Amino acid sequence: MFETSTLNARNKQVQRLVSILFLMMTLFLIVPVLIILGTLVVKGSSVISIDFLFTSPTEGMTAGGIFPALLGTVFLVAVDLVIAIPIGISAAIYLSEYAGNNWLTRVINLAIINLAGVPSIVHALFGLGAFVLFFGFGTSILAASLTLAIMTLPLVIVASKESMQAVPQAFREASWNMGATRWQTIRRVVLPNAIPGILTGLILEISRTAGETAPIMFTGAVFFTPFLPQSIFDQTMAMPLHLFVVATQVPGVPEDLPYGVALMLIALVLFMNALSIAFRAWLRGKKKW
Amino acid sequence: MANGEQTNSLPAANAFDRRNAAWYIDKLVQALIFVGGISAIIFVAGIFVFITKEGLGFILDRFDFVEFFTSEYWYPAEEEDPEYGILAMIAGTASVTVLAMLVAIPFSLGTAIYIAEFATGKTRETLKILVELLAAIPSVVWGFIGLSIMNPLIIAVFDVPVGLNVLNAGIILGLMAAPIMTSIAEDALKAVPDRYREAAEAMGATRWQVIQKTVLPAARNGLLGAVLLGVGRAFGETMAVLMATGHSINIPGSVFDSVRALPATIAAELGETAVGSEHYQALFTLGIFLFMVTFVINLSADLIIRDTAKK
Repeated sequence: MFETSTLNARNKQVQRLVSILFLMMTLFLIVPVLIILGTLVVKGSSVISIDFLFTSPTEGMTAGGIFPALLGTVFLVAVDLVIAIPIGISAAIYLSEYAGNNWLTRVINLAIINLAGVPSIVHALFGLGAFVLFFGFGTSILAASLTLAIMTLPLVIVASKESMQAVPQAFREASWNMGATRWQTIRRVVLPNAIPGILTGLILEISRTAGETAPIMFTGAVFFTPFLPQSIFDQTMAMPLHLFVVATQVPGVPEDLPYGVALMLIALVLFMNALSIAFRAWLRGKKKW
Repeated sequence: MANGEQTNSLPAANAFDRRNAAWYIDKLVQALIFVGGISAIIFVAGIFVFITKEGLGFILDRFDFVEFFTSEYWYPAEEEDPEYGILAMIAGTASVTVLAMLVAIPFSLGTAIYIAEFATGKTRETLKILVELLAAIPSVVWGFIGLSIMNPLIIAVFDVPVGLNVLNAGIILGLMAAPIMTSIAEDALKAVPDRYREAAEAMGATRWQVIQKTVLPAARNGLLGAVLLGVGRAFGETMAVLMATGHSINIPGSVFDSVRALPATIAAELGETAVGSEHYQALFTLGIFLFMVTFVINLSADLIIRDTAKK
């Protein structure tokens, strides 16, 4: 009897120790990053102002703002969404509503994993070879957005597929029993119920697309252009590439300027991510089934 | 039912023919959705076809297998006698990836174990969100952190002349790869059935014994898959490595040496080459090599993870 209780006491102690040990490991991963983000905020916030956001870089990019880069990123993301939404959602519909458990489905899933795993610079080479040269789009917003859309397609597919699969099968059966075709069922029953989950995935897609540098380097984004893009066949500046340029390529940049650019970029990306997380939490509370 | 009866009943079947507009739309949409469904296959094949197309000239005319993989001299811009050896870059990528894994494996597995086995309620949700936000930081920002925060820190702490080196890039890459490894490892741990834990606890095992003797062995394959995916991420990372390694061709003798990575080489040099030139084609050949290596890594990771899921 006594023996058991001493053993239990010791076990409890070991357990608490192990738990603390693992908590420490978790904190070791998270705390440095919070410190780093804090540094970015401290050093970068002095640079950011309304002027910084809405003026062009001046004096060989050592002064002025980031407006063309910000606008370019908005364009790139917008065109990317126009491409990625139809392809990604139809792929998700296929996988969720049509695909059987067969070799083709396995190959599709494998292709999705590879699309997500191929290094971003290889996507850049593909975009250059295919869109810029072979299809003749030139270095343009269109070519860059196509490259980005293909690279981030897995995100849209996986998020949309999961939210469609979460719609109960009974909903579909009820619709079929009323004589609806498969497509009518998907459009009127599955998609309306899955749309919030799909939106969550799309917000993540925006965040990913806005932050990518390598895929746009040779396909549509340029270091500097004095013109704002007028059509999807124009080149553009973009936020992530602009950070790379002011941090490494331009001599004589004031020390705080790149911090300001980095802070804006990370604020943009983390804001979209936080939005997506909040949206998901709200959804979970609201779900009817 | 005999065959004759079926033929006789055909006119009657026509009365039930439901091939109206909705039926045709349904078939049309099904065809379109099928095309969307196989789009991922088309794109992966397209990536391979187009990078091979651009790099093929080099592979056929100039490619020397022995030189490519055993020479440490990468002088693609030489007028007279350019040399294309990637050994130093493989060493650079490998050293940075190994160090990144030394950082990422213990901390991401530790974090996954804490989230899956110890944390509860609000703590657990908060930690998961923090890990997710960690994964969202763009690679160029990581590179900037390596350049502007880690670089002076390493110079000050270790008293070395240059802070852009294997150590810097390894730590940055480790932090970058950790979130995805954490979330996949956590999935693997959660996939271990609770009855395993209950059985072990009923035998009088402590929580740590349960994890060590029951949960970890059962989740072994999923954890291995998580590590492999992390390796794939670190191996293919471009911008952060370009900015944090120092980007000088060098077989590293210590963690304080600057190195150059394969993906970063493409990113740094492609802009200076003329389309179709030998140098340009050589960079696409590097791309083919990267594509094939990551393909194998991702394929193995998927097979290993799927194997666990089946059990």
